[in-house]
Amino acid sequence: MITGPFSLSGKVVFITGASSGIGRSIAVECSKLGAQLIITGRNAERLEETMSMLTGNGHISHVLDLNDADAILGFINNIPGLDGIVYCAGIQKTSPTRYIKRADIDEVFETNFFSNVSLNGLMAEKKKLNKGASIVFISSTAAGIVAENGNAMYSASKGAITSFAKVLALELSPKKVRVNCVLPAMIRTPLLENISVDEEQLAQDEKRYPFGYGAPEDVAYAVIYLLSDAAKWVTGTNLLLDGGLTLR
Amino acid sequence: MELQEFVKKFAEQFDDTDPDEITATTSYKNLEEWSSLTALVIISFVKTEYGKAVTGAELRSQDTVEDLYNFIESK
Repeated sequence: MITGPFSLSGKVVFITGASSGIGRSIAVECSKLGAQLIITGRNAERLEETMSMLTGNGHISHVLDLNDADAILGFINNIPGLDGIVYCAGIQKTSPTRYIKRADIDEVFETNFFSNVSLNGLMAEKKKLNKGASIVFISSTAAGIVAENGNAMYSASKGAITSFAKVLALELSPKKVRVNCVLPAMIRTPLLENISVDEEQLAQDEKRYPFGYGAPEDVAYAVIYLLSDAAKWVTGTNLLLDGGLTLR
Repeated sequence: MELQEFVKKFAEQFDDTDPDEITATTSYKNLEEWSSLTALVIISFVKTEYGKAVTGAELRSQDTVEDLYNFIESK
């Protein structure tokens, strides 16, 4: 039993996108602090890998495509009330603005914005949010803080979810449900392999960060704070995690 | 895909460079307008027009427009 204000003991926490990168790290670190987890992801094998890394018992994993409405409904009907939700599922797609096609925007927004928003709506509709619950969205410094060439679609989707979270925070405040975003800058995750950059460019880019690029657990620790009772007075905030990138 | 057609379309990706300045033998990385952003535009151009994925490193590994053309053809 972990005690203290940062403990997650006795809390049921639901995490999307837990099969890799930041989502996986959040799941692992939350389990160390005593949370009972419900984790979802698209890839069964990698999701099981995450499961095997968790501390404690009673965790549930469920392969879920967040773009499949029927599957989501069936899943939600079978889960207990939640004390925490971490919306972590996200994709990255790089394109200079002049080459952006509608299909690409749709793909990015479907995963990074629409699926999270729909899922969240169902959680409320099915009354899965316990009193005092905490919702955390993994946004990004791309959400209107730092511009990078080719990152417009991702930026726009993260900006959308960050703005959404603000209104959600207001609407859920009567229920004492808190809603916050964390805004990481560059974190070393497998997502990086999908963008059109290479190690040489990354090494050059990393020099702009006084503390270098972040690690997945740097995001996880911030999420733990927001999920825990230590943050019981914190709602509607955007927690910047950038290793000093935006200091100047 | 013909080389001449590729060179013409490649040149169209630039905004401040006279298209006549770009030929098959141009070392594109030496163009004044060349930058990480134009590199990104060329990557997208190749992907959109020819359905081939080139990386930033591959783009840097080639010299002339013709070299790039041959490289893409070989992929």
